Amino acid sequence: MQRTTMDLWVGLFVLTGIIALMILSLKVGNLSTYGTAQSYVITGNFENIGGLKVRAPVKASGVVVGRVSDIQFSMQTYDAIVSLNMDSSYQFPKDTFASILTSGLLGEQYIGLAAGGDEQMLKEGDAIMKTNSAVVLEEMIGRFLFDKAADDDAF
Amino acid sequence: MRRSIVANIQDIGHRVIESVWRLGHASRFFILVLLKSGTCLRRFGLVMRELYYTGVLSLIIIVVSGLFVGMVLGLQGYETLQKYGSESAVGTLVALSLVRELGPVVAALLFASRAGSAITAEIGLMKATEQLAAMGMMAVDPIARVVAPRFWAGVISMPLLAAMFSVMGVFGGYLVAVVFIGVDAGSFWSQMQSNVDFRFDIMNGFIKSCFFGVAVTAIAVYEGYDAPPTAEGVSGATTRTVVTSALVILGLDFILTAFMFRGVG
Amino acid sequence: MPSENLIEISDLNFSYNTHSILKGINMTMPRGKVIAIMGGSGSGKTTLLRLISGAINPSSGYVKVAGQVVHELDRDALFKMRRKMGMLFQFGALFTDLSVFDNVAFQMREHTDLPESMIRDLVLLKLHAVGLRGAHNLMPNELSGGMARRVALARSIALDPMLIMYDEPFTGLDPISLSVIGSLIRRLTDALGMTSIVVTHDVQESLKIVDYVYFIADGVIAAQGTPQEVSASVAPFVHQFVHGKEDGPVPFHYPAQAYIKDLNLEGDFA
Repeated sequence: MQRTTMDLWVGLFVLTGIIALMILSLKVGNLSTYGTAQSYVITGNFENIGGLKVRAPVKASGVVVGRVSDIQFSMQTYDAIVSLNMDSSYQFPKDTFASILTSGLLGEQYIGLAAGGDEQMLKEGDAIMKTNSAVVLEEMIGRFLFDKAADDDAF
Repeated sequence: MRRSIVANIQDIGHRVIESVWRLGHASRFFILVLLKSGTCLRRFGLVMRELYYTGVLSLIIIVVSGLFVGMVLGLQGYETLQKYGSESAVGTLVALSLVRELGPVVAALLFASRAGSAITAEIGLMKATEQLAAMGMMAVDPIARVVAPRFWAGVISMPLLAAMFSVMGVFGGYLVAVVFIGVDAGSFWSQMQSNVDFRFDIMNGFIKSCFFGVAVTAIAVYEGYDAPPTAEGVSGATTRTVVTSALVILGLDFILTAFMFRGVG
Repeated sequence: MPSENLIEISDLNFSYNTHSILKGINMTMPRGKVIAIMGGSGSGKTTLLRLISGAINPSSGYVKVAGQVVHELDRDALFKMRRKMGMLFQFGALFTDLSVFDNVAFQMREHTDLPESMIRDLVLLKLHAVGLRGAHNLMPNELSGGMARRVALARSIALDPMLIMYDEPFTGLDPISLSVIGSLIRRLTDALGMTSIVVTHDVQESLKIVDYVYFIADGVIAAQGTPQEVSASVAPFVHQFVHGKEDGPVPFHYPAQAYIKDLNLEGDFA
């Protein structure tokens, strides 16, 4: 085997490998959401996060604008503190409304943002004041049965 | 009767001591290889040559197997998912299984049987024909000149091969699901992209394949260097390379997975 | 001033586990001579070579090469000394993945910074000395046994060593190749002014070319002398070895109990 042919093959091999890694990163994975390295973190307190998980998307009007970076239980307020890693190119007013929603009936849970009308924008470290907890199916069924019973009593 | 029980216990003890001794011996050898890697990293031509034999010659088997594994995943995934009406998630299923597990693991298993066994046989044969001794007599350290370049070539090849395996697998899944069956191409890709995470899935898969590369080549060079210098010795060492590599890959995969994906997803 | 003897071996003992292989060997090997070490298989000849090259350390006693005690050298000093030693292995031990040319050039490339053009000249010179200049493009698997050993010889003289050790250089060669190798050993030793140690059991061929012979049996020197003395010797062991007699001090039978006892016939004749 000629030295130069071997070098050529090895060069091609390494190049193909690197291209494969790039395809995996760009085409298969969603590197692009990390590509814009600029981000800021805001937090929100939720009474109940249901099945929300770290890395769940944060969406506004269905567009992914960030991801859940951390979930902790607060010993001061006895509720969950959720940190959101937001893409810097999207800014939201201070009175933005955050709620935990479910995509589809049994789909994954995500945080939906509904923009308010405040002039000031949320900055790094700010907390969202207005939050709405996850809908827990058992509670909903319980409330439905309770209402039903109340209705029956009225007759 | 009592003697045979004692003899059995002795046998167990002997085996344990033997394997602990071998493990220690192998670790010492591994450290020696790392310490003596200077020469081959300075003269990178040595590694280039081995990259050809370990990497380039493993390409075909990796590419073809990757394609078939991806196609099977696409077919099976579609069959199962369509019962729940979510056949567009087949892209996610194919990509996640490949990137997280099958890519690194199957590529490493194939690599062990294709390149690992070749490395063991080559080094073992060089030992049996006194080439290593001759090299030592010429004041050239065989670990630095023969073992280290093969080790590094394996370590470099493995992640690249695993990545190619995954890409070919995704392509195979695409072929079956989109081209043959007719799942919508747009939702195939978009579902995949929104669920495969760069840091947690692709980087972790990459790190796994790096670990496997180190493990497989370390086993291969050790078995070759340690092989009894006879024909049976070399063939036995080659078999041991493949068997030990397979066990280590699967065990290591479990440990790494437990560390990486704990509390996520 | 360099001493007259390149190698001095004094009271050398070597044992493997509890099995004693060499027992109290004393030898001196002068510069510029061809010395043969003969003995039956498993008599410790190859072990002696490994001790001289520093591959293993003696249990007691020492080997001195060019005034230095081999087993007291550290790794770097040992490797430095080995650059001045050559070793011809039994079947040549050519690097199978390198061509004949690259095999001979191996040490020059590893140990010197010579330009490629000079390496080329030197390699062809060495190959010419063993008559294989025309074969420099071949791979080792294209060579016959005799040719492979000649290439290995060219490789071991690549850096003009002061000492070459030959481990069974005549094994498995046809008569022509055998005498080619024999005369090459003699010619190269004289031309390069080096010392050669030939470990062999090919008595007839080696007696033609060597200056001095040591016989080793059971880990001790059984006899020694010049080829003339050895050929004329009437000592039973030497006589048996040189003339290839089947039985003698080296018995035909492996030690065993009485034959008649092994066959359980004792009672029948008692």
